[in-house]
Amino acid sequence: MPVTVRPQRHVIIGGGVAGLTAAQVIRRRDTRGQITIVTEERHLPYSRPGLAYLLAGDVPLSQLFPWTEAELRALQASFLRGRAMALDMAGRVVVLQDGRRLAYDALLLATGATAVLPDIPGTQLRGVATLDQLDDATRILALARRGRRAVVVGGGITAVELAEGLAARGVETHYLLRKDRYWGQVLDPEESRMVERGLERHGIRLHYHTNVVRVLGQQGRVKGVLTEKGKSMACDLVGFAIGIRPKAELAASAGLDVDRGIRTDEYLRTSAEGVYAAGDAAEVYDPATGKHLLDSLWWMAQDQGRVAGDNMSGGSSAYLRDIPFNVTRIGGLITTIVGNVGQGGRGDDDTVSIVHGQSEGWHEPHDSFAVESGDLTSRVRLLVGRETLVGAVIMGDQTLSRPLCDLVRQRVPLGRLRQQLLQSPERAVQILVEYSRRQADRQLQEVA
Amino acid sequence: MFGQLHDQEVRRREALVTGIVTSQPIRCVQCGICSYSCPIGIDVRRHVREGIPVTASQCLTCGQCVARCPRGVLTLESSPIFD
Repeated sequence: MPVTVRPQRHVIIGGGVAGLTAAQVIRRRDTRGQITIVTEERHLPYSRPGLAYLLAGDVPLSQLFPWTEAELRALQASFLRGRAMALDMAGRVVVLQDGRRLAYDALLLATGATAVLPDIPGTQLRGVATLDQLDDATRILALARRGRRAVVVGGGITAVELAEGLAARGVETHYLLRKDRYWGQVLDPEESRMVERGLERHGIRLHYHTNVVRVLGQQGRVKGVLTEKGKSMACDLVGFAIGIRPKAELAASAGLDVDRGIRTDEYLRTSAEGVYAAGDAAEVYDPATGKHLLDSLWWMAQDQGRVAGDNMSGGSSAYLRDIPFNVTRIGGLITTIVGNVGQGGRGDDDTVSIVHGQSEGWHEPHDSFAVESGDLTSRVRLLVGRETLVGAVIMGDQTLSRPLCDLVRQRVPLGRLRQQLLQSPERAVQILVEYSRRQADRQLQEVA
Repeated sequence: MFGQLHDQEVRRREALVTGIVTSQPIRCVQCGICSYSCPIGIDVRRHVREGIPVTASQCLTCGQCVARCPRGVLTLESSPIFD
């Protein structure tokens, strides 16, 4: 009698880029297996980083869905809208809020991360906003249509996305910073100033040394904020972007190893048999540093989804943590951040953890010295290590973004270039432009 | 100075005539601004996702997608067939 093998049951919690990429990989490897994606979203999968461009009016909502329904159907996966409430590890079952039970052979927790609210009174009021999901963005747009004045509190990329989005919608926007500059954890003082000037050009009013201690309300709606110095500022909308927290409650309640996020080894396996984690929810072990790190980067979530999907369907891929980088627009300036560029610590004056679009890898300790070069509109900061470039921040003109990312991410030995940068730091940009031209010529010759 | 500008303009026109749009997918977050800004409706984003250059014969190489991408994903490169 022929032995029939039961199709494998793959359950993925989370319909973001990590979950969806995993589903794609699983389907390529396992054409018969069942794939179930459990998501709390009522939308088709969308570009999370694109929400900033939606707020700013650069792109309409209809454009934010990269995958067509036909492409998603081709995955032959069941999309279940719902919330996973419990995991039965022994029985290998996920229990949903409505009581449905999903049996799995392999389970991926790609639950993402959620914005943290400060521990002050008034954050439950209508008109308090954070920016995690598409529904948050559409709610902010609705509030912006009605509101006249907004206050933004926090740091990093998300706070600026909120402020710029609101200002672009004609809302009088006030951005409150607790100390004397923007994003001191990652940017140097001059870079902070460039962003601040850019924000002011967009009509955003910056308030330094200003700490909100209470959100004021009336009839359940935001009416203003109260600062530490006792000053009240009237507003209809308060946007908070003080950090994100991996959604790890489900894993924690099931007894999985959870610290700040769901801890995994380098194969993205959690502490439970058959259970994997990827994306913003995961705190992934990095064999190179011996640490578990958090990242909130689209391409890293995609890479992790790929590795988890492979391992869930019989593969044994290790996740090799790449040097983190992101390209973003802050204060109207396109900014590339790659490698070790920041100061230590997990939060700064305005944040308590990383925000969306940030990597803890940027803050790893490094032995390097900084070379800066630029003018009012563009700037390059290089972190020159003993042999390689360990990090770079490129703000404004992005001509050097790709060559510098290559130098950092491929750990190219600098050789004579290092000496040149040391001797004439003021010529750093010219030296690097010449270098990248030589590289391009070399590549052309190789092709020829 | 003017010589440099002239060279730059010549390179720009060459790129327009012989160019194809290529991408660095790792920078892309699939926001769709490229597809949205294409005047003839090429789905540039899908090309990036699949890691293939925009070789559609209708592509005007107008550079709108390259210019509007907020993350430097796209570049206009000379097509190898003209080498």
